[in-house]
Amino acid sequence: MSQVIQDKVIDENLEWSRINADVIASMQAPRKAYWITVAVCISMFLCAVAAEIYQYKMGMGTAGLNNPHMWDMYIATFVFWIGMSHAGTLLSAILHIIHAQWRKPIYRFAEAMTTFSLMTAGFFPMIHLGRVWNLYWVLPYVSDRGIWPNFRSPLVWDAFAISTYLSSSALFLFIGMIPDMAILRDHTTGWRKKLYGILCMGWRGDDRQWRNFRRTYMLLACFLIPLAISVHSIVSSDFAMSIMPGWHVTTFPPYFVAGALYSGCAAIMTLFVCLRYFFRMEEYMTLNIMEKTCKLTFAIAMVWTYLNLIEFSSTWYGHNVYDKEVLIAKATGPYAFVFWTMIFCGCVVPFTLCFQKLRRHMPTMFVVSILLNLGMYVERWMIVAPTLTQAHNPHQWDVLWGSVVQWAIVFGSFGWFGLLFLVFVKLFPCVSMYEVKELCFHLKHEIHEEEMAKKHAASKAGTTVEESGGKAPGTPGLEGA
Amino acid sequence: MSNRLLAMFKDFDDAFDVVDKIKAKEVAGVEVDDINMMSPIEHPDVDERLGKRPVNIAYFTLAGAIFGVTFGFFFLASAQASFLVQPQGGKAVVPLPSNFVLMYEMLIFFAVWTTVIVFIFLSGLGQKRGTLYSEKLTVDEIGIIVEIDDDKLDSVKNFFKENKALEIREEKV
Repeated sequence: MSQVIQDKVIDENLEWSRINADVIASMQAPRKAYWITVAVCISMFLCAVAAEIYQYKMGMGTAGLNNPHMWDMYIATFVFWIGMSHAGTLLSAILHIIHAQWRKPIYRFAEAMTTFSLMTAGFFPMIHLGRVWNLYWVLPYVSDRGIWPNFRSPLVWDAFAISTYLSSSALFLFIGMIPDMAILRDHTTGWRKKLYGILCMGWRGDDRQWRNFRRTYMLLACFLIPLAISVHSIVSSDFAMSIMPGWHVTTFPPYFVAGALYSGCAAIMTLFVCLRYFFRMEEYMTLNIMEKTCKLTFAIAMVWTYLNLIEFSSTWYGHNVYDKEVLIAKATGPYAFVFWTMIFCGCVVPFTLCFQKLRRHMPTMFVVSILLNLGMYVERWMIVAPTLTQAHNPHQWDVLWGSVVQWAIVFGSFGWFGLLFLVFVKLFPCVSMYEVKELCFHLKHEIHEEEMAKKHAASKAGTTVEESGGKAPGTPGLEGA
Repeated sequence: MSNRLLAMFKDFDDAFDVVDKIKAKEVAGVEVDDINMMSPIEHPDVDERLGKRPVNIAYFTLAGAIFGVTFGFFFLASAQASFLVQPQGGKAVVPLPSNFVLMYEMLIFFAVWTTVIVFIFLSGLGQKRGTLYSEKLTVDEIGIIVEIDDDKLDSVKNFFKENKALEIREEKV
């Protein structure tokens, strides 16, 4: 079997009109599980709202925050959500630049993930402030009271970097959707037609528009990659630029970026399984695409594991007594269970991705992706909590597990993200219709060219080749088709 | 008075055949530069067939990036310099290393926004266009739009019909 056929991620014979019809139908009539998940997300979000109202009225003490645990889980969750946002950049921008065709049916929801996880992350600095009404103090506005942010602080860099990343990723998502909006404008009715008509801004698909579109999309992708890296490097600087043991580490920026890509990929796997089921997308989100996503996740998991080892060994051999004590406390102290959960979920569980049978089994991949994300969440927790627990001054040592209020807000953030995401995929296509058409078109041509080359070679050799009729039988990865 | 014609074709091959014939001057009064192709996807050979047409977005992106980094520097430096009265503890009033980080972010911010705004403007999005359009263009058919004078209308229509056009629509300009 040829490489092109072996690697094909979608049935190239899908009719273009059917692609439109399938995606539009999926938006209008998802499975019941979709509505159940929406209800669960709303409940989770309401828990967080109630907890935040209580915290707002009673003060930060209800969250259990005090010296030395002055930010704790809130900052860990903030870092987690920022990390999650790297999924879209990786899958959409990086894979777009390297012309990885398999990304096409799934990049849209990864891009949406980026935007929504940034919107979720943005809540945590606000919640953590305590005095939420003074939020605007973090913005660099000209103040006649002499309040001006400290530009040397990475927290101010965060404000710049995250707002730039949020606006850029939202634009990237929007621009990529314009041709699909035009499809929806032409093939829906009522309020949907009006909405998509406004959003596609009169897209007609002429050659000038396509040329400009391609160039714009590529330029945005080129800007988004260094931006994503800078955002997470800056977030790592929140820790690395302090002199706290366990934080003052040179490898923190790459470690954070690798962790971000890792959690992003794991989240893509989770949402892949969910969307495939909710919207009956088996033909578009094929098992071959899942396999490739798994392989990518595995590669990133190994990079992350390596960076962990680097961090541990440099601390161990660095002979800084405070750093070393924090490292030992991580593995043997009160947070040891969390630490070993991180190692198990982050370094051991990804080895399940080595097995083809497991990679193609959706329920298993769902569980694995949840475990990977659990590993990534506790990784952030392990960055923050042990250092605050056991800093330089023994009189400040204190263990904190977070109060119910803190847990409820963190729990609710998942509901908020889920809700935003589920509303998005109901309103906008989670599969890029025009890109899937392009994928089918190019795949068909590649297969055709390969067949022609075979025929040519066979006629030269004086033998005959059995015609396959343009469709390779027994093609793997198209079970849903 | 001139007219605008939209001819619809089953696939790219049929549309490209027509373009090739127009290039070979098989139809009088129509040049390849007068043609616009509309399609549900971007075909990689469109540029080759229609001839290289300029895409100038990158120049604006560059301008946006330069503006962003320059504005970033002056915005930050002016803000920092206006607080000269504050004790800096021996540190620079305008701290370049941290400003570089913020200038980098502003470079990207302005470059991205400029690119998107220029894309919308150069692609004619949001502008009122003619009514010559078919919903089939977002399904699977390829359209060729050409602007011609009244006297050539019939001959061009016939040319399209002879070359497998599925449908022809017209409007007065």
